[in-house]
Amino acid sequence: MSQTVLRRAFLRSVSAFGAAALFLSAMSEGAVAQDDRTSVRIGYAVSLSGANAGGAGITTIPNYRLWVEDVNAAGGLLLPDGSRLPIEVIEYDDRSSSEEAVRAVERLATQDEVDFILPPWGTGFNLAIAPLMARAGYPQIAVTAVTDRAPEFVERWPSSFWLLGGGADYSTALAAVMAEARDAGAINNQVAMISVADGFGIDLVNAARPALTEAGFELVYDEVFPVGTSDFSTILNEARATTADSFVAFSYPPHTFALMQQAQVVDYSPPLFYLGVGAGFPVFQNMNAENVEGVMSLGGIDPNNPLNAAYRERHQEVIGAPADYWASVITYSSLQMLQQAIERVGLDREAVTQELATGTFETAAGTIMLENNQLRDLWWVGQWQGGTFVGVAPTDREGASAPQLPKPGWN
Amino acid sequence: MNTTVAFILAAAALAGLAIAPLFLNAYGIGLLVGMTGYVVLASAWAMFSGPTRYVSLATVAFFGIGAYTVAVLSETLPYPLVLLCACAIGLTVALIVGLSTLRLAGIYFVIFTFGLAELIRQLVTWYEVNVTGTLGRYIFLPFEGIHIYWQLLALAAATLLLSWWINRSRLGLALRAVGDDEVVAAHAGINVSRAKLMLFALSATIITLVGAIQAPRWVYVEPAIVFNPTISFLTLIMALLGGATRLWGPALGAIPLFLLFEWLSANFPNYFSIILGVFFIGIVFFLPQGVLAKIEGLRRPARKAPPENKERSGAA
Repeated sequence: MSQTVLRRAFLRSVSAFGAAALFLSAMSEGAVAQDDRTSVRIGYAVSLSGANAGGAGITTIPNYRLWVEDVNAAGGLLLPDGSRLPIEVIEYDDRSSSEEAVRAVERLATQDEVDFILPPWGTGFNLAIAPLMARAGYPQIAVTAVTDRAPEFVERWPSSFWLLGGGADYSTALAAVMAEARDAGAINNQVAMISVADGFGIDLVNAARPALTEAGFELVYDEVFPVGTSDFSTILNEARATTADSFVAFSYPPHTFALMQQAQVVDYSPPLFYLGVGAGFPVFQNMNAENVEGVMSLGGIDPNNPLNAAYRERHQEVIGAPADYWASVITYSSLQMLQQAIERVGLDREAVTQELATGTFETAAGTIMLENNQLRDLWWVGQWQGGTFVGVAPTDREGASAPQLPKPGWN
Repeated sequence: MNTTVAFILAAAALAGLAIAPLFLNAYGIGLLVGMTGYVVLASAWAMFSGPTRYVSLATVAFFGIGAYTVAVLSETLPYPLVLLCACAIGLTVALIVGLSTLRLAGIYFVIFTFGLAELIRQLVTWYEVNVTGTLGRYIFLPFEGIHIYWQLLALAAATLLLSWWINRSRLGLALRAVGDDEVVAAHAGINVSRAKLMLFALSATIITLVGAIQAPRWVYVEPAIVFNPTISFLTLIMALLGGATRLWGPALGAIPLFLLFEWLSANFPNYFSIILGVFFIGIVFFLPQGVLAKIEGLRRPARKAPPENKERSGAA
């Protein structure tokens, strides 16, 4: 490269930097006047595209839209002085990338100057934005983040809230349900267990192994399968060849659907059949009709809670699809908590954070009061019973259905 | 003389960019972090792939190695040592991979590098699942956007300086000869394998450092997050847009494209992927040599464009 060309290239690049600087300064003028507000600005960056779009599209986005629709239909968010302000939504796509999620939240906080930021979908993304949210003083009501380290995170980021429990909660509750069923003679003490080699599966299986052993179960089959697995016939045949009465799979939605279908094909119907994420999705029921009866998984609902029933009806009506049976109602309830906190203390973020931590809220998932910024009152184990995915554990929780074991065979 | 002027101007620009974040809000800094990150990635990518015309999709493999190294070591070692370790690991992997694969050419190399990213991701997953029994890792380093930006800016300056130096050195000449015709280059007495390996390792090490520097921004890493193939594709398309054979080409491709993507994702979040795809096709069809070459071509219409077939292979 000759020196003239080099210099020309360099000058050109200097002007490009200049243009970029202009662009930046132009963008920083987009701030809104805080006085005479005509709306409450609420922003979120969720995975609309990429690997996480499936999960976000089922659990997170529909509930954000439903809530905004509900609030605005009622005239807006109620403020302590009795006035109402409509919600103005700013929606971004994090494209399933942490870097994008971080930048989108920076944009929401400092560019759009939104009043509140709703959390993204997934544990990783909630953690990625947590330091920013805490620094900018936004309460972060993380729902779709299953983590055993929530107490530590609360200490680190005091304005963060963790609403879906940790892997160990789900596994130990399952072990307790199984122990009870074994003592009642419904199943034997052998378990065939598989898990996906990914964050969620590993968390659950790591907690399940000691919990099951401690409860006196024998793990006769314990396999880890890669995320990309789609053919489970070998695994299912090997599990069937054991004498275990219980089949437990800590799986993601694609595996859950495949396992359910292939178990019917190879006619493997153990007395206890537990699948991972996805078994509470409405599409799971559509695909398998009455064969879902008796299948267990995470989450569940109290079928006799009228608020929840009303929520599910509304979800179907507005979104055009039924809500899933695990995190959907918690997502919607987290927004109701935010709504009620604003109603009580106004739009001051610090006061809202304080109220979220200490207040009591009436939500679609029942009365919610957080303990140390975490929701501990959750359905850890659920089971399909009569076409509804009902919560069966913790067994002493109000509204708990009794687990029905053994599961009926395939039709 | 021109070089001196260019250096003074570059130093002034660098100083300006270094103090820029003091006048910007968090989002402005976030933009600078993302932009500088891609400038370094694209420049480092072009350092090897530009002259040799070996299209590499392994960017994210090294980027991810860097990020993971920080995640694993950030609590046991002081930060500078962590960066050194990341360099060492990136370099070692690049040397092993380079030694065994730089014999591949054309489309085979492209496919191999794409596979390499997936291979490393699966290896990390396998190790975490079977040995450590956990998958996500946490990075709690007290860095804000501005600290990460300064590190990236320093790395960008170093990368451009290195590219400039290589371009003028015997090594750069050797690499251009390899890019023009590998057989002829070998017959002219160039140690083709050594030249390619050196540049591949250098480029990979810089990419590893980018991953290592950026990782603290995400707090939590898992293979799916750090080995995201989009990073490889974006780097490639940015370098190609600007012109992979020019010193400032990759930077000139990275900055406008990054700002464009940012504008798109802020304003048209639902159409981003479609527009991105159209862009890829457009660049390969209309600007196979990059913007800089195109502008030069327009300015000097009298001069014959270089033979078509050679140019195509660079953009394949």
